[in-house]
Amino acid sequence: MRNNKFYKLSMVAAFTLFLAACGTTTDDMGDGSDSGMGDTNSGSMGDGDNTGRGNASGAGDNMSGLSAAQMRERESALATTVFYFDFDRSDLSSEAREALVHHANRLMENSSLRYRLEGHADERGTREYNLALGERRAQAIERYLQVQGVSSNQLEVISYGEEQPIDPGSSDAAHARNRRVEIQ
Amino acid sequence: MIKVYRTLLLCCLLIPAAVNAQLNIVITQGVDNPVPVAVVPFEWEGFGVLSENIDMVISNNLRNTGEFAPIDPVNMLSQPHEQDEVYFRDWRFLDSDYLLVGKISRNENSQLMQVQYEFFDVLREERLFGEVITGNESQLRDIAHKISDLVFEEITGVRGAFSTKILYVKEDQAEAFPYRLEMADADGGRPRILWEGEEPIMSPAWSPDGSQIAYVSFETGRSQIFIQNISSGVREQLTNFTGINSSPAFSPDGNRLAMVSSKDGNPDIYILDLRTRDIQRITNHFAIDTEPSWTPDGSALIFTSERSSTPQIYQVDLETRWEERLTFEGNYNARARMLSDGNNMIIVHRYDSNDDFHISVLNLERGTIRILTETALDESPSIAPNASMVIYASKSGDRGILNAVSIDGRVKFQIPSAQGNVREPAWSPFLD
Repeated sequence: MRNNKFYKLSMVAAFTLFLAACGTTTDDMGDGSDSGMGDTNSGSMGDGDNTGRGNASGAGDNMSGLSAAQMRERESALATTVFYFDFDRSDLSSEAREALVHHANRLMENSSLRYRLEGHADERGTREYNLALGERRAQAIERYLQVQGVSSNQLEVISYGEEQPIDPGSSDAAHARNRRVEIQ
Repeated sequence: MIKVYRTLLLCCLLIPAAVNAQLNIVITQGVDNPVPVAVVPFEWEGFGVLSENIDMVISNNLRNTGEFAPIDPVNMLSQPHEQDEVYFRDWRFLDSDYLLVGKISRNENSQLMQVQYEFFDVLREERLFGEVITGNESQLRDIAHKISDLVFEEITGVRGAFSTKILYVKEDQAEAFPYRLEMADADGGRPRILWEGEEPIMSPAWSPDGSQIAYVSFETGRSQIFIQNISSGVREQLTNFTGINSSPAFSPDGNRLAMVSSKDGNPDIYILDLRTRDIQRITNHFAIDTEPSWTPDGSALIFTSERSSTPQIYQVDLETRWEERLTFEGNYNARARMLSDGNNMIIVHRYDSNDDFHISVLNLERGTIRILTETALDESPSIAPNASMVIYASKSGDRGILNAVSIDGRVKFQIPSAQGNVREPAWSPFLD
C-alpha cells in the first residue's frame, strides 16, 4: 500500500531529523556521554568474560581445556551457519550434526544467546507445502539442539518456504543451495 | 476529423501501458475455428482524446479467450456506428458472424460519458441487443468490459468474466519494497498496488463478495494472515501465533476463514470465525496438513496432507469430521480447488519424481486425472468465476510469469509482466 511507503518514508525522515537534532544541539554532551557509555559497556562485558570463564581468552566462545586443534575445529564448526537438505527431506547430515554440537555448546555456555532458525525450500512443489517443509527442516535443527541440552527459549523457528531463494535459477545445483536452514 | 482522433487515441494508449508495466496477454493456443466477429471502432463525438479505446479493449477481450477472431478494422468495408448505417452484406462479405457498433459522447452539462452500442447477428440480419451506458471517463474501461461480457454470453451462453479482477504477488528486487500485492483487470490492465513491503507476501484470497482479501505477510518476522478491505484499504492482522500461519480461504458465506497454523507444533487445518475471532482446530495429524479450500456448499474442506508419505488431496466433513483421501494416482497432488459442480477439482499434479508439475483436472466420480498444462513449475491455479479458464503461475527462464488455460485445455495464453516476477494469481468472484 502506498500508505506504507509514506509511513516508512516519514519514519525515515523523522529519524533523520532526530539524528540531526542530536548532532547539533548536544555536540559536547554527546561526545562525553557516548564515550562514557562505550567504556561502561566494554568494561562490564570484559569483566563478565574474565570472571565467568577463568582462562577464557576473551572471544567468549572458547572454553578452558580445549587444545589448539579442538579450538580450531570448534571455530570452523561455528562458522557453519547454513545447513542443506535433500529434496523433500528434513534429516540432518552427519556433518551438520557435528557442527550443531558445537552450536549447542555455545548456546548452553551463553544463556542470553538466541538463535533464529530460518527454514527454506526449493521452488518445486506448491508454495504452501514448501512453507511447511521449511518449518520442518528448521524444527529438525531445533530438536537436535534441544536434545543436546539447549533451552527451548533460546531457539525460534521461522519458515520462509520457497519465498527467499539464495539462487533464483532452476538447476539442480540452485535447488540444492535453496533447501537450507540458516542460523541468524 | 474522427480519424485524426482515433490515431491520437492509439498513440496515447501505448504510453500508459508502458508506464504502468501492466501484464499483457499473449495467446499461445486457441481453438481451431474461432468465431469471426467484427468490432467496429466506436465513434467519439466529443472533443479531445479519450483515455481508453473501448472497441480495442472489447476486441482484445474476445480475442484473448481464444474462441473469437476479431476482424482487423483496416479490412472493414464500412464503419457504421448505429443501426441505420449497417449494411449486412459488407459483413457477410468478410465472413463475420457478428457485428458490434457504437459511439461515445459527452453530456453537455456534465463530465459524464454516454456509450451507445448495438450488437447484430450478421447471418440473420438481426439486432440482438443494445443500450446506452453512462459513466465518467475513468469508467470507460469498465464499460468496455461490461459490453464484452454481454457479447460473450450472447454467443457462448456462458457469463463473461471480463469485468472481474485478478490479484497476484509481484516481486522485483530492484524496488525499495520488493514484494507487492497487485490487483488488475482480468486482462492485466489498470494494475493497482494493494500492499507493498520489504518482506514476502503469499497466498492472496478473495472474499466471496469480492470486497475483501486475505493474504500472508512476513512483515512481523514470521508468516501471519492479514485481511484488507479493497475499497477502504483498512487492514487488520488476523493471526498472531508462533509457527506458520498461512493459506487463508474464505468460506462460501464469507463468515469464516479456513487456514493453516503450526501453533500447536506442526501444520494443521483450522477455521477462524471472522465474526467472533474464535479459532477451531479441524485436523490433528503429525503430518503436514495444508492448503485448505471449501467445497461449494461449505460443508467440507479439501486439503493437502502428506500423511501417506507423499502430498495427496483429502477431504474432511465439517460436521462428522470424517476424513477421506481423494487422490491415488501420482506422487504429488496438492492445492485442490473444487469446481462449482462439486465433481471436478483443479489440482497441482506430478505423476512421479521424474515428471514436472502440471495443472490438472481430477474427476472425482471417475477418479481420472486430465493434465491441462505442460509449462515449467506450474503452480497456484485459480479458477475464473465462470469456470471457463484457470489462471496459474509458472516459470519462464528465471522469471515467474502467469498463464491461463481453458478448463477443456483447448485455449492457452501467457500473461507476462514487463518486469519482475509475478506469481500466485487469484481470480476474483463476479463483482456485481
